[in-house]
Amino acid sequence: MSVLLLETRELDKRYGGLHVTRKVSLQLHAGDRLALIGPNGAGKTTLVNQISGTVAPTSGSVWLGGEDVTRRPQAERVRAGLARTFQITTLAPHLEVQRQVELALFEREGLTGRAWRSIDGYPVLAAEAKGLLSSLGLGEHAGWPTERLAYGEQRLVEMALALALRPRVLLLDEPMAGVPQGEGQRLLAALDALPSDLAVLIIEHDMDLVFRFAKRIVVLAEGAVLADGTPEAIRNDPRVRTAYLGH
Amino acid sequence: MILLVIGLLAWWALPDQLGLVTRIAITALFVLSLDLVVGIAGLATLGHAALFGVGAYAAGIFALHLHVDPLLGLMVAIAAGSLLALASGAFLLRYHGFTFLMLTVAVAQIVASLAQKARDWTGGDDGLSGFTMGPLLGLFEFDLEGKTAALYALVVLAAGLYVSRRVVDSPFGLAVRGIHENRARMAALGTPVVRRLLAMYTLAGALAGAAGGLSAQTNAIVGLDSLSFALSAEALVMLILGGAGRLHGALIGTVVFTLLHHTAASINPYHWLFIIGAALMAVVLLPPQKAWAWLRSRRGAKA
Amino acid sequence: MQLLANVLIDGLAYGMVLFIIAVGLSVTLGLMRFVNLAHGAFAMIGGYVAALLTREAQWSFWIALPVAIAATAATGALLEAFVLRHLYRRTELEQVLFTIGLSFFLIAGTNALAGPQVQLIVLPPLLAQSVDLGFRTLPAQRLFVIGTGLIVAAVAAWTVTRTRFGVWLRAAVDHPDTAATLGIPIRTVQCASFAAGAALAGLGGVLGAELMPLEPYYALKYLVLVLVVVAVGGMGSLPGSLLAAVTLGIVETASKYLASDWGSLFFFLAMAVLLAWRPNGLLQR
Repeated sequence: MSVLLLETRELDKRYGGLHVTRKVSLQLHAGDRLALIGPNGAGKTTLVNQISGTVAPTSGSVWLGGEDVTRRPQAERVRAGLARTFQITTLAPHLEVQRQVELALFEREGLTGRAWRSIDGYPVLAAEAKGLLSSLGLGEHAGWPTERLAYGEQRLVEMALALALRPRVLLLDEPMAGVPQGEGQRLLAALDALPSDLAVLIIEHDMDLVFRFAKRIVVLAEGAVLADGTPEAIRNDPRVRTAYLGH
Repeated sequence: MILLVIGLLAWWALPDQLGLVTRIAITALFVLSLDLVVGIAGLATLGHAALFGVGAYAAGIFALHLHVDPLLGLMVAIAAGSLLALASGAFLLRYHGFTFLMLTVAVAQIVASLAQKARDWTGGDDGLSGFTMGPLLGLFEFDLEGKTAALYALVVLAAGLYVSRRVVDSPFGLAVRGIHENRARMAALGTPVVRRLLAMYTLAGALAGAAGGLSAQTNAIVGLDSLSFALSAEALVMLILGGAGRLHGALIGTVVFTLLHHTAASINPYHWLFIIGAALMAVVLLPPQKAWAWLRSRRGAKA
Repeated sequence: MQLLANVLIDGLAYGMVLFIIAVGLSVTLGLMRFVNLAHGAFAMIGGYVAALLTREAQWSFWIALPVAIAATAATGALLEAFVLRHLYRRTELEQVLFTIGLSFFLIAGTNALAGPQVQLIVLPPLLAQSVDLGFRTLPAQRLFVIGTGLIVAAVAAWTVTRTRFGVWLRAAVDHPDTAATLGIPIRTVQCASFAAGAALAGLGGVLGAELMPLEPYYALKYLVLVLVVVAVGGMGSLPGSLLAAVTLGIVETASKYLASDWGSLFFFLAMAVLLAWRPNGLLQR
């Protein structure tokens, strides 16, 4: 039985009269590949936001590596091994790609409090950044400011930053969103190459990707877990079909 | 380094303009500290004069009541600026954008009102005066021609620039620049955003306080205008003029604006605002960067 | 008791002046996202035109006032159409730099044309007297200011919520590109709202001439106060600006009467407290 890395217990969120997350309980173990799917408005991103700490739940708890992190700010959860990407690319537009990855590495090593040595004085980390970028096929454009990259490549940088943190749990919010047809290949390859002991939760609408990548699927509808099982079971579940087609 | 050379050249070549040189150096240090906040950290502020003013008053009060050694006074000024930055920053940095901007104005105006009220300490509307500085390092007297003052100011400016450069080029500086460009991204990387911004704000407070202290010491007087909104606004104008975010832009902007003001005022003391106003508008409509880029592309085409 | 009444009346009048001037800035900042630090200059221009017309040309106040408003509106419209619209896409810092430069230029121009002394507006006999309301006598000028402020608030509210122009304005602000394709004349909306804001500022300059004396540096001197009103009231929120202006106007007047050696401390303290409590504006949605 592999290690339980992430758990949500009866996670619940209301915005006034709007009940967006209904008592969601999930478990993620090391090596898991969990896809979170559901119709638009089902509350997938809100759920991920509560897990990552961007949004506070109304009730329920989030557990990371056996510890209750519900009250802890986002930055602390990151340092405890949780990383995420955003549905809309969130990058520093004018920083060079290489620098941005180095920044993630500095943060990981706790070096961003150091104010005297130049950023060029960390050859080991620079090499690691370079290597990570090359493994994702971004080596050529490492010196470009991120805003100059094609959108598909920006999504890759987004993933690179999350991976640079060497997380134990990775939350991917629609990594393929907005990526033009021809640019998706490298992203798919990157997904396949993710470390095997990493616990991954991915939100996606692209069903081919979901069935190719996921070992388990959770279907969210109107904020509640509708079904939780293997891809085969989900594919054949009549309630899932209703949830999608009924909308 | 280049700065020191130019400064020394100015110091040597213009013995009757040393007052101007000193003023430029002090203002440049102040605008440099503003660049750390506005250009690097991305926090637009119109209350930066408060940090300058407390440094000035602290140095003045220290010299008047405690000790006339300039370097000790400078330390006191730096401490004053840092403390105010730390205290006000802890409150201000919970807010963003326009709200943050207006709150900086409020804090600065409150400090200015308090300074005006506390006449016994600050001299109120009349200003704080009556103190004479002791010799710098025990050796160099502050002479009437202003040679010592100019050199003192230039050296402190160079030191400030050096420190700023190192901090901005460090992992800390990179993180702050990251926060400027995308706060959400930095939070997702695990950065304690407010803590980093507060540290940068405090450093800026230290440099602004130093500038204020220099001003008090080289002029031997501190007035309420060192806390004024006009000073904050002028510094911001100088920074934008020279280009925010690159540190040396602060120096360029200060020199250009001050010289412009100086020459315009000597041409016509009543209408110098015409010239400055027109110059500012021209700079925005025809940015110097575009002019440089265009020139460079012409040269490249010929090659 | 007499003192309290004076503070309230004067404070309310002061607040109304600030509100009238702030409307234009709130619209430009909050809706058009353009940082116009030359807004104070519009109030100054309105005041100066009225002052020169009533004093030098000896026109009646009641004619000079609409002419001053029209002159300011025209200035605003021309500026927007020929110069400022090119700056909408620039960064905020560049807008700051330009509009400060513009303010400097206008200050210098005012100084060159009319000299540095304070300009007085000659009030008509109707406004110079006191009005007996039965329980109290009040200066007519104050009543006029307060009344005008309320009318401005009502007209502005009606325009934004009930007229086609108001719909256009809100659409142009929220979805500029879509609005253009829907056939909404974006440029006209922008220019017209800017001109209206300038006109109101001019009106405020005339009404507030007693409390905020007209001299060349007016353009920048009172800008902070107007910015404060816009910030506390919430950018783009006219009801918020009204509430903020009146509240802060009363605070400032009270402080002038009761604790004048503390300067504007209480004004800014009140402002900081209100803004810290409600960062998105007093009536934040």
